[in-house]
Amino acid sequence: MLVKQLSVFMENRPGRLYKLTHALGKEGIDFVTLSIADTKDFGIVRFIARDNDRAYEVLKNEGFTVGITELIGVEVADRPNALAEVVSLMEESDINIEYLYSFVLTNHNTAKILMRVNETDRAVSLLQNKGIKLLSEKIL
Amino acid sequence: MRMYSPEIETMKRREIRQMQLERLKHIVRYAYENVPMYRERFDAIGLKPEHIRTLKDIENIPYTTKDDLRDNYPFRLLAVPMKKIVRVHASSGTTGKPITCGYTRADLDNWSTCIARILTMAGATDEDIFHVAFGYGLFTGGFGLHYGVEKLGATVIPVSSGNTERQIMLLKDFGATALIATPSYAMYLAETAKKAGVLQDLKLRLVCMGAEASTAEMHEALHQILGAFPTENYGLTEVGGPGVSGECREKAGMHINEDMFYPEVMNIEENRALPEGEQGELVLTTLTKEGMPILRYRTKDITSLTYEPCKCGRTTARMARVVGRTDDMLIIRGVNVFPSQIESVLMGMPELGKTYEIIVDRVNYMDTIEVRVEVGDTGLLTDYSKLEELVAKIRHKLRVVVQLDVKVKLVEPFSIKRAEGKVKRVTDLRKH
Repeated sequence: MLVKQLSVFMENRPGRLYKLTHALGKEGIDFVTLSIADTKDFGIVRFIARDNDRAYEVLKNEGFTVGITELIGVEVADRPNALAEVVSLMEESDINIEYLYSFVLTNHNTAKILMRVNETDRAVSLLQNKGIKLLSEKIL
Repeated sequence: MRMYSPEIETMKRREIRQMQLERLKHIVRYAYENVPMYRERFDAIGLKPEHIRTLKDIENIPYTTKDDLRDNYPFRLLAVPMKKIVRVHASSGTTGKPITCGYTRADLDNWSTCIARILTMAGATDEDIFHVAFGYGLFTGGFGLHYGVEKLGATVIPVSSGNTERQIMLLKDFGATALIATPSYAMYLAETAKKAGVLQDLKLRLVCMGAEASTAEMHEALHQILGAFPTENYGLTEVGGPGVSGECREKAGMHINEDMFYPEVMNIEENRALPEGEQGELVLTTLTKEGMPILRYRTKDITSLTYEPCKCGRTTARMARVVGRTDDMLIIRGVNVFPSQIESVLMGMPELGKTYEIIVDRVNYMDTIEVRVEVGDTGLLTDYSKLEELVAKIRHKLRVVVQLDVKVKLVEPFSIKRAEGKVKRVTDLRKH
């Protein structure tokens, strides 16, 4: 039901992102998603790999600090206001979205939204009641 | 509690003082008669060896400083011909020429006795297997501890420093029960063993640390990881190396080998001896050294003394853990800061790794201090606010302890360079 995402602590200096992506690349591990936000000194790299468990092991062995977070993934139609509907559903129920990212795969007419909220269980049942399609890691 | 030299370690205070006075009179005369520098110094102020009648009279003897040792490099402070010197050691010499020390056969024997006592008070017996991760070479640590372990009758594994992966393998395969290392390297070994998932394969029960100062928080953190009992000991090349003092199981200060060293704590600026319990600079006189006797060496280390008998049964004077060196003390915007104060804050926080560095700079005529510390807890990575809260928490704690605004930078685990010898935590970029 939920989608596992890996988070890696990263200093904001040249070469760090390469080290991470290369560590996974040379092991043949594919990224499904990747997002980085940065502050002045450090950032958190968040991503889902095709094989999360192996990615976790590889990065631990390379000395990275890796955390695992569970996200809610939903699939909506790729049309205006689709995202707003999901967001408003959370808002009406006083659920806070900590962060969210979304993407559209080519050849698909749906958009995928990944989000981290403060009350995961409640959000999941709200979405299910509305008949919104939830993603699992496999669907990604 | 087990003691290596119970007759010395439990002497009555009056008897210790009597012995020290006799040895002091002897060593003063010996230095005066055999070391030209001391004769010149004494003659210049009209001081004669026979003027030393009480222990208090030691205060009339001029200090010996690091510069004196440098100026007399390499062998001009030796009191015996080279033929009588059976070994030479030297300090790492990070600045210019090293400091040398020459030992006669009797000096080496006394040195080993000091070490055997310190290891015994840390809880070691002749059944222990010691992994010595101090560098072997000119550095006093490696050979000093090595022969002390042999004298104790325990097993010594002279691994020396470097190649951490191999150290872990040997710790595991040889089943060492005691580790000898600097505190920073002991912590690095512990972290590495943890990362490699081999902690359960180690048999370590003691960690004997020296060559740099450490804090109670660092000991606690190390104990948490390794499950071994950490103790600290103290010494310096100028007076022969490690073996001046060490902690017993009570960890209530380091017991000084008072039959070999006479300690004073001085307020240097006012040239005033400080009473028991007051913090000042430790000044040491070697009481038995034949090769290179040293009178009133200014260690630059800041500590205090207590003569109260210890719960362990020993009566020897104890010195508090060194809070810093007068050399290490940073003056930042007029505030005195010791790196050990910063360490105690960082080591007390489980979210952080155990390695850090301090960078001092001056920007637009204003001193700045930055602390870089490794993130340890992966639970912090769920959102930025947790990392930001952590930075704020560290800043607040540092502000309480050092009374300054300290810039805090979180860095990746294992990104700060580990030292395999003496660690350099502070980089001062200010141009004085």
